[in-house]
Amino acid sequence: MTSLTTKYIEIQGVEQTFKTRKGPFRALQNINLTVARGEFVALIGHSGCGKSTLLNLIAGLTTPTEGSLLCANREIAGPGPERAVVFQNHSLLPWLTCFENVYLAVERVFSATESKAQLKARTDAALAMVGLSAAAQKRPGEISGGMKQRVGIARALSMEPKVLLLDEPFGALDALTRAKLQDELLQIVANTQSTVVMVTHDVDEAVLLSDRIVMMTNGPSATIGEVLKVELPRPRSRVALAEDIRYLGYRKAVIDFLYTRQGHVEKAA
Amino acid sequence: MVSAVFHSPLEAAPAARSGDKTKARDAGPAPSSAAHKDMMTNPPTTPAAVQPPAPVVAARAPWDASALWLAVLPPLLGLGLLALVWELVFMGTGGSIPSPRDTFAQAVQIFSDPFYSKGPNDQGVGWNVLSSLKRVAMGFGMAAVVGIPVGFMIGRFSFLSRMFNPLISLLRPVSPLAWLPIGLLVFKGANPAAIWTIFICSIWPMIINTAVGVQRVPQDYMNVARVLNLSEWKIVTKILFPAVLPYMLTGVRLAVGTAWLVIVAAEMLTGGVGIGFWVWDEWNNLNVKNIIIAIFVIGIVGLVLEFALIKLAIAFTFEEVKN
Repeated sequence: MTSLTTKYIEIQGVEQTFKTRKGPFRALQNINLTVARGEFVALIGHSGCGKSTLLNLIAGLTTPTEGSLLCANREIAGPGPERAVVFQNHSLLPWLTCFENVYLAVERVFSATESKAQLKARTDAALAMVGLSAAAQKRPGEISGGMKQRVGIARALSMEPKVLLLDEPFGALDALTRAKLQDELLQIVANTQSTVVMVTHDVDEAVLLSDRIVMMTNGPSATIGEVLKVELPRPRSRVALAEDIRYLGYRKAVIDFLYTRQGHVEKAA
Repeated sequence: MVSAVFHSPLEAAPAARSGDKTKARDAGPAPSSAAHKDMMTNPPTTPAAVQPPAPVVAARAPWDASALWLAVLPPLLGLGLLALVWELVFMGTGGSIPSPRDTFAQAVQIFSDPFYSKGPNDQGVGWNVLSSLKRVAMGFGMAAVVGIPVGFMIGRFSFLSRMFNPLISLLRPVSPLAWLPIGLLVFKGANPAAIWTIFICSIWPMIINTAVGVQRVPQDYMNVARVLNLSEWKIVTKILFPAVLPYMLTGVRLAVGTAWLVIVAAEMLTGGVGIGFWVWDEWNNLNVKNIIIAIFVIGIVGLVLEFALIKLAIAFTFEEVKN
């Protein structure tokens, strides 16, 4: 049991090579990482470093060329609702209302064991959790970008996934909306005790939200450069942390890695 | 894919919109010669209905009267020009082409009793239009029943796509009328042969547009389907079908447009009751006024079909995921 709680997700010697017209392109190599149950891990790195590739591997959307990925001691063979993904561009179905978008996920996971009323209640609860009960009957085209992303989070969490995978979920939002959603996410993750892997390129976001920050080297053949443990007490408050000396230290460490040691993307390419 | 006859009514609309946004100050939405047919037939009202961005509407508010004027005046001028040219032709040809006024008088007479029936060769214009529409509906309906599923399969499986592309590329450019003799031979009747011709000309746009639609379903939606692990039935009904619907409706629009072009020619050849036959019959009677009336009737029916289908397409088109 202990090994399961400390090694909930296990990534061993993973390498990912894509076939391109110019021959094979090795995006990732020698990736070894474990994520504990209930842990919040951020993957950070410059664009093109393969952090989304790694997330897709954990999601099961792609399969690795080499190595193995385990989730709760089971090999990740394909995508599935126990590893819910929140996509960067929300990926809501525009012809369904917010309620229907979430219901589609709820129905898939729970319809075998629960009544229609229970499924509806779950959907309503998921939308309420992200504060969107009022917009339930609206279509994605009628709500703002931040609200769409919240529906995406509600859809992912409504499935009660073992792992929540976030692919730059707030990347397309303005700074104020992003901060608000980060705070909400902190709250939700604290309430649901979710295991989260999040791809980001925002240093503050990584330090504020995560327990560990996995910093990736530049691609091609990217790998994990350094892992930083963020030992800030929870609940965390954005305002209080802004002057916290430890927070600033973590922030400095990540920036150091990204811009001093891995800063020469253009030159390398 | 086959060099696709794909153009969505909605692609034209935002373009027109941004076009007149920039021009709004100086000239208004002046219909340039390059303007799409959609714009000519139903000017600024349609693009505005597609996506009304509030700021533009607000900026326009003080110009409302002149905008309305600009919306009404150019089409009226266009129609006036047509009447003028027609009148000139009437005078130039010494009366062998009837004048607009005489034709209008004749039209009033014809439309006062569109549904009379004096035997198979002398029926009111209403009956003729209806029987043409009936043929189009039948031929087109069968084409939809066959073409849409085929388009889905071709779009979904690249093997089938590569298998059928040469066939479609070979057969699509053939004039549907070339198939008329085959229809007459096989079905041994004028009416089924005409329907067969409509079927042939309608099926290509349906297949091609549906297939293109399926191929263009955003990968994001398919990723959602994979992460949720949806059943094939849910994928088809909740994702593929709604995503393909706008493309399919474009196919329908093109198919109906072509079918309406072709039915007139087909009926001229097959005879019977129908607007095309009516044109040919009036030519044999040397009744040029009725021929001109028929041209207007064909045009107006085509316009109404097109307009209705564009409205339908807009109603079923939703915003795409933006990155």
